[in-house]
Amino acid sequence: MAPPIESRSSEATGPAPVDDLPMVARQGRIDTASRAALLILAAAALGLPFILQALGSSYYLSFASRIVIYAIAATSLNLVLGYAGLVSFGHAAFVGLGAYATGILISEGVVGGGWHLLATVAVTGLAAAVIGAISLRTRGVYFIMITLAFAQMLYYLANSMKGYGGDEGLNIRARSLFGFGAIAYDLKNPSALYYTALAALGASLLALDRFGPSRMGRAVVALRDDDVRAEALGFPTFRLKLVVFVVAGVLGGIAGALSVNLQGYVSPNVLHWTQSGTLMVMVILGGVATVWGGLIGAAALLLLQEMLSAYTDHWEFWTGWVLLAVVLFARRGLVGLAAGLRSPRARTG
Amino acid sequence: MPSVLLIEQTLNGLQFGLMLFLLAAGLTLVFGVMDMINLAHGSLYMIGAFLAAWLVGLTGSFVIGVLGAVGLTGLFGMALEAALLRTLYARDHLSQVLATFALILILNDGVKMLFGTDLPLSAPAALSGPVELLPGLQYPAYRLLILGVGSALAIALYLLVQKTRMGALVRAGASNRAMATAMGTNISALFTLVFGIGAALCAVAGALLGPLLAVQVGMGENILILAFVVIVIGGIGSIRGALVGSVLVGCIDTLGRTGLQQLFREFLPAQWASAAGPAIASIAVYVFMAVVLAVRPQGLFPART
Repeated sequence: MAPPIESRSSEATGPAPVDDLPMVARQGRIDTASRAALLILAAAALGLPFILQALGSSYYLSFASRIVIYAIAATSLNLVLGYAGLVSFGHAAFVGLGAYATGILISEGVVGGGWHLLATVAVTGLAAAVIGAISLRTRGVYFIMITLAFAQMLYYLANSMKGYGGDEGLNIRARSLFGFGAIAYDLKNPSALYYTALAALGASLLALDRFGPSRMGRAVVALRDDDVRAEALGFPTFRLKLVVFVVAGVLGGIAGALSVNLQGYVSPNVLHWTQSGTLMVMVILGGVATVWGGLIGAAALLLLQEMLSAYTDHWEFWTGWVLLAVVLFARRGLVGLAAGLRSPRARTG
Repeated sequence: MPSVLLIEQTLNGLQFGLMLFLLAAGLTLVFGVMDMINLAHGSLYMIGAFLAAWLVGLTGSFVIGVLGAVGLTGLFGMALEAALLRTLYARDHLSQVLATFALILILNDGVKMLFGTDLPLSAPAALSGPVELLPGLQYPAYRLLILGVGSALAIALYLLVQKTRMGALVRAGASNRAMATAMGTNISALFTLVFGIGAALCAVAGALLGPLLAVQVGMGENILILAFVVIVIGGIGSIRGALVGSVLVGCIDTLGRTGLQQLFREFLPAQWASAAGPAIASIAVYVFMAVVLAVRPQGLFPART
């Protein structure tokens, strides 16, 4: 029999646990209402291009794609930040590497989407393995700072690549082109890009949902909560952390590859530390170590900016106040807030 | 590199390092004593610069403008600490990142609402010319002023932290906060004052660097990261470490920029050399930090016991 789950909130030392009740415990018990809500959400997401086409507002399709792409990036960061408890302050490095890998290939005349995917996975996987292998030897605030340092190095490197736009960025004319036999699937088509991003996001969320209760997922959560104990229990903690770091880096890179397809442009700003900060804000805003946290955080932040910017030039100012209110009053993010509203017992956490 | 240029660049590096120290001093204490990641520290630097530019324009006097900006920013820092940051000390690093990132958004846009995206600020006319330090070595007088003010403040801060009762309490907090509190030190009251001093020092750096760089919204973001690099190199919580780290980072950055460019000119086309020099110099600072962390994980002068 499995030992009962102890309360560890009272005796916690070091950094406070990011989420006092692991979400994994509640998963697998999706009630009918949640299932219905999920189905409606999925149907709405799938039907969105048709609805927007009927309304004749193509701008909002690209906005929806932006949300989906940010959601992929934020979800990948949530894997590192939330599940593994590794506060990486340099996740923009992988998003930017993916964007540059794809952007550079396209600017060199290689438009095959398969090559872009291969290059993105190879470059970001390798970079994440190297950065992770070095950074994971440090802990706490030093890990935060060293991941930040690596992202900054890549930022300055991108600034100096005069052949690929330097600090002005790289414009690309073509997009990733996938060919399936006679059928060409070009990401230049906004709907194609949207569905591709949506599929990647759906796959990520599904994988994360399966990952939580899996053996490896539980091991990762265990080492987040107390990695000395996890190591004493015989878990290969370093290897587990590195695998999570690399997987998250590759997923972030795919988000970057999609974003360069969306914007037709990549500049060193995608690597700037404020981008890493924005991704962190999305994760914390949505809900750390929750399956939906990345998506909800990305959607909430981008929608908030979009709505505010319709009324005022100073949307950053008001966004800041909203975020501050979330920190002070919704300690477990929007997912935690929603859970608290549904079952008042959970609010005591 | 010719020796005149070398001396000039060393002085520039020292000057930039001292200004970095003014930011890093406050940051390292907040980080070291309160275990608080304050991303909004760079915003205090920006606010100081904007207030200085505004007051100098208003009064016509550089000295009054800078002193006024320093005082106002110090008061603002104390208010910010008492109203908001204090509630964040006990929270985890993620909450601190979110809250202080939100503060950056608020303060950046708030400054934009009050002053616009940038303000002109120039060095006082009396100091606009060069001074001949050595035969053949001309050095801008205004940069000498920065060197002088920076050195004086560094010495004053060192004495404050090492020789006074207040400094001893701060050091006790940095080395073991729980023990210092148990011994009867009211760390939280002390800290509002410490934070105010840190904010005032940021304003000094912002106001003095304003004429050399530019007074614009977002100026705090890049220098903030350099200040974090400094305190990680020096050892979190250590004023002495922050000073050594600042001077090292300032010199690596400044000497790297010109030195590497000259070096690359020997074997690269000029266009590439002028691009690669600054890039590699910027990277060098981070590489240096990674090396320091690999050799001495607690930084050069660890404060914690």
